[in-house]
Amino acid sequence: MDGDICATATTPPDSDPARKRRVHGMLKLYYGLNEEGKTVDQAESMNPCDINGTHFDPEVYLNKLRRECSLGELMDQESCMVKQIRSLDSDMQTLVYENYNKFISATDTIRKMKNDFKKMEDEMDCLSTNMAAITEFSAHISGTLQDQHAQITKLSGVHTLLRKLQFLFELPARLNKCLELQAYSQAVSSHRRARCVLQQYSHMPSFRGIQDDCHAIMDKLAQELRQKFRDGGSSAKDLSECVELLLQLDEPAEELCDKFLIHAQSRLEANLRGLEAETDILEFIDRGCNEFVSSLCLVIASYQELFVNRPQEGNLASKNIPHMAIGKLHAFVDAMATCYFSLVERRIQEEKSVGDNSLLVRALDRFHRRLQAVAKLLPGSAVPSQGTEIVVRAARERIQQYLAALQSFYLDSLRDVRQALAAPRLATGKDAPASLPELLSSLSASILNQIKSVMASVQLFTAKDITFSNKPYFKGEFCSQGVRESLVVNFIKFVCQSSRQFCESVGDRGGSTPPALLLLLSRLCLDYETSTITYILTLTDEQFLVQHRSPVTAVAALCGEAREAAQKLLNHYVKVQGLIISQMLRKSVETRDWVNTIEPRNVRAVMKRVVEDTTSIDVQVSLLYEEGTRKAHSSDSSKRTFSVYSGSRQQTRYAPSYTPSAAMDTNFLSNIHKLFSERIDIFSPVEFNKVSVVTGIIKISLKTFLECVRLRTFGRYGLQQIQVDCNYLQMYLWRFVSDENLVHFLLDEIVGSTAHRCLDPAPMEQSVIEVICERG
Amino acid sequence: MYQLYLVLQARALTSQTAESDAIRFLVGTQSLKFDNQIHIIDFDDENNIISKSVLQHQAGEIWHISASPADKAVLTTCYNKSEAPALSLSQLGASVFPAQVVSSESRVVTCGAVWRMPPEWESGSHESPDDPHNSHNPQNLELLCHLDNSSHGNASCVLWEPMGDGKHVISLADNHALLWDLTESSTQATISSSATLEGKGQLKFTAGKWSPHHNCTQLATANDTAIRGWDLRTMSQIYCIENAHGQLVRDLDFNPNKQYYLASCGDDCKVKFWDVRNINEPVKTLEEHSHWVWSVRFNHSHDQLVLTGSSDSRVILSNMVSISSEPFGHLVDDDDLSDGEDNHQDEKTKEPLQDSIISTYEEHEDSVYAVEWSSADPWLFASLSYDGRLVINRVPRALKYHILL
Repeated sequence: MDGDICATATTPPDSDPARKRRVHGMLKLYYGLNEEGKTVDQAESMNPCDINGTHFDPEVYLNKLRRECSLGELMDQESCMVKQIRSLDSDMQTLVYENYNKFISATDTIRKMKNDFKKMEDEMDCLSTNMAAITEFSAHISGTLQDQHAQITKLSGVHTLLRKLQFLFELPARLNKCLELQAYSQAVSSHRRARCVLQQYSHMPSFRGIQDDCHAIMDKLAQELRQKFRDGGSSAKDLSECVELLLQLDEPAEELCDKFLIHAQSRLEANLRGLEAETDILEFIDRGCNEFVSSLCLVIASYQELFVNRPQEGNLASKNIPHMAIGKLHAFVDAMATCYFSLVERRIQEEKSVGDNSLLVRALDRFHRRLQAVAKLLPGSAVPSQGTEIVVRAARERIQQYLAALQSFYLDSLRDVRQALAAPRLATGKDAPASLPELLSSLSASILNQIKSVMASVQLFTAKDITFSNKPYFKGEFCSQGVRESLVVNFIKFVCQSSRQFCESVGDRGGSTPPALLLLLSRLCLDYETSTITYILTLTDEQFLVQHRSPVTAVAALCGEAREAAQKLLNHYVKVQGLIISQMLRKSVETRDWVNTIEPRNVRAVMKRVVEDTTSIDVQVSLLYEEGTRKAHSSDSSKRTFSVYSGSRQQTRYAPSYTPSAAMDTNFLSNIHKLFSERIDIFSPVEFNKVSVVTGIIKISLKTFLECVRLRTFGRYGLQQIQVDCNYLQMYLWRFVSDENLVHFLLDEIVGSTAHRCLDPAPMEQSVIEVICERG
Repeated sequence: MYQLYLVLQARALTSQTAESDAIRFLVGTQSLKFDNQIHIIDFDDENNIISKSVLQHQAGEIWHISASPADKAVLTTCYNKSEAPALSLSQLGASVFPAQVVSSESRVVTCGAVWRMPPEWESGSHESPDDPHNSHNPQNLELLCHLDNSSHGNASCVLWEPMGDGKHVISLADNHALLWDLTESSTQATISSSATLEGKGQLKFTAGKWSPHHNCTQLATANDTAIRGWDLRTMSQIYCIENAHGQLVRDLDFNPNKQYYLASCGDDCKVKFWDVRNINEPVKTLEEHSHWVWSVRFNHSHDQLVLTGSSDSRVILSNMVSISSEPFGHLVDDDDLSDGEDNHQDEKTKEPLQDSIISTYEEHEDSVYAVEWSSADPWLFASLSYDGRLVINRVPRALKYHILL
């Protein structure tokens, strides 16, 4: 027993699963629930020595123990065995006890149940009898009500039908009433509901009658709607309602579109007509925008609502109305816009005054801005791009107008200058040249100012707040091709060209252009070449941020043109002035009888006049042109060179001419002389300085003198007179020219040719000549 | 370039019109001191040698010379005749202020005359160019008749009827144009008709040209800045180009192949080409010279070649293709082409040639008053400057072939 207690004490049943299982296993064995234990059995069944196995053979086991174990071991085995047996016994007792209690309570429960079931069986019996009674009653009742129910169902069906029929019969009246009340939409919806039915039963005469009535009424309705639609007085909302109803009445959509558009057209045209009276461009555009463009937008919007964007339902969907409608709308908008644009363009073209450009720009801006609304409403329309084109065209036109304005301004300025040149001469004689530099500076300043103001006006087109200024045209081409090329460059070219024209058209007849003007223009062109052109173009490029994508005229080319013009003008000036002096000389030579002239007593008046004129030309040119370089000459060139020219050489050249044998020498000498002197180009281009200009004029004059002399025949005194004249010219002209040798050479030639053309060549003494010349 | 000095100063130059084989020019000299001469300049084309013969023209200094188109030996001159009383040489170099010299009767008159070259001039007075002074007794010209015009003033030029039989000449004297009939031997001249230019001031013809077109019934004259056309049958004016040049008109020439085309030159340094049917505007204007243009001549065969001489001492040869009778260059004859269409295309592909200056000749040292094409060789021309230098030039070979081929 001690061992048992010890065992339980040392190994509590819960904490020793192996043992517990064993206990369970034994219990299971006991109750025959050894499914689980079978495997154990199987495993251990064969071992007869397994004390827990089913095949345990005590004898074998004992023998085995006896054989294998020592005495001590056997003793231990024996005591262990005893302990186990004891514990097993106690376990068994506990189990028996527990099971007994359970059995008893189970028995009690079963007994109680037996009693309860008996009671329940009685109640169930009662219930089943009751249910049977109820079923019987129910069947009875339903059997009685069957007939009545069928009748009611039928009646209600008839009622519905009757209601529908009544609707149909009342339909014409109702429609009429609607018509009277102008509740068109109600009428149409009523009719729509009935339409199918009527259609279906139209073979029956009564229905047919109704249908016909309805049709008649609906036709009338449609008529009225159309009338209303046509009248056009109604608001857009009314109209759209009209259209919607008509569409539902199977009215052909195309026709409706057309009518709608025609109606819109008449209104828009009225707007356009209203426009024509306007005077102010801004007002005109404003009104155009407010009336025409907004009406157009409204038309587009309502049209789209009506025909394009409406939910497509039923048979309408199949007709593909939106497609057709959009097409029509585009055509319509294009047509209307074309009318409007032509009006606008005409109006813009009337805008000729170039004073205030901002008005036009603002008008164009507004015009352009409003057209964007159309673009939003009607994507894909050509109208906005056409509008942009109009703006572009207007801008181009504007540039042309500005160019014309600049040109006329320039011509006006020139006329003013001309008058200024002419006027003081009449009034105060010789004061005129004094104002030349002032005239020049005021002329060039006023031109420059004008260009600047024009550029400022044109710049409005590219201002940031103008909607069209970010169009590619206004960013690129307008600046480079438009402003720079068409306006500025063309103007400069015009200045050059018109200046050149002074040389060509008037030149031959002479005189109609005052020489001073030629000189002034020449200086103007030269100034352009040196600075003004560069300045203007730089200014343009800066103000307009010109990006030269397309080739533009180079500054150098323009400068070249200006220089060419300046050169041409100056050349022409020289020619004209030279001609004036030449004419005097020519007349003086041609009209005199040189054979029979008297001995010279003094210098001919014409020579004095030549010197005077040359002096005044010299003064005039010096006002505008620099002095220029001349070859150094001695302190008293007039005397020194003259003595050489008319002294010894003169003698050697002409003295031998009296004998035939010496003729060769004369020519020989003169040719040798010419061989070493440079060829003189008489009407050659001059340089831009005073000396060169005056030299040119003197060259022309003296050459004319020479050629005229060669055509005449002289007597002795004729030659002497020429000698005196030439000496006088020599005294005064050398100071004006760049190379005094030129004057010497030409005068030498004149006297030489005169001697050749002289019947009696007896030259005058140099001293006498000088006396005469100094006497004046 | 071949040149020759004449010793004396000269203005008058003409080619020997009737001569079609030898290249021969006639030059009249201008000298108040010596006997004037007609120089006959021969150019040997093959050996490139210039030779000169001299005939005496004692009547006076020659201002204009013109050769008969029919008879090689006949020519006309306009010459100055000084009628001054003989001044004794002792007066020369005398006192500076001599007593009033009686010279009021002195007068210089310009006359016209028809001359015949002596038949033996070629053998007799031939000079070698190397020795121009060895002129022992040059022969005289034989005077056929005076174109006596004392009542009509100074003759400025005498014109032969172009391509005529040498029986008609026109002389321009002051403001009269006189048509003369010559007898068979040219020994007598009678005025058959005359025209007078009426107007304000002293009008004077400066130049004239007898048109080779219209059966030689037209004459063009220049006075001051105007060019006038005359109908010789009625001796009346047919057209007048007022202000043809800015200044004096110096010379005229008719295009030998285009009947209405006329060239003129003048003191405005310009050469202008006119279509006389439209006289408002010149057809073309050349402005190449830097001084007065004294002479303009169309080439007789290839009228695009225009020669001008100027007092800037230059001679300019221009190629005025655009207004010539061959604006597309030398057209191939139709016969040479079998296919007509090809011909058509050829013409189209040929661009109108550009007018251009072919060459500027600067050999002269003095004013060039006369230029003339040779009548024998269309590619040869002569120019004469005041200092007596005669220069003969050829049209550049390249251009010649360009025109011919």
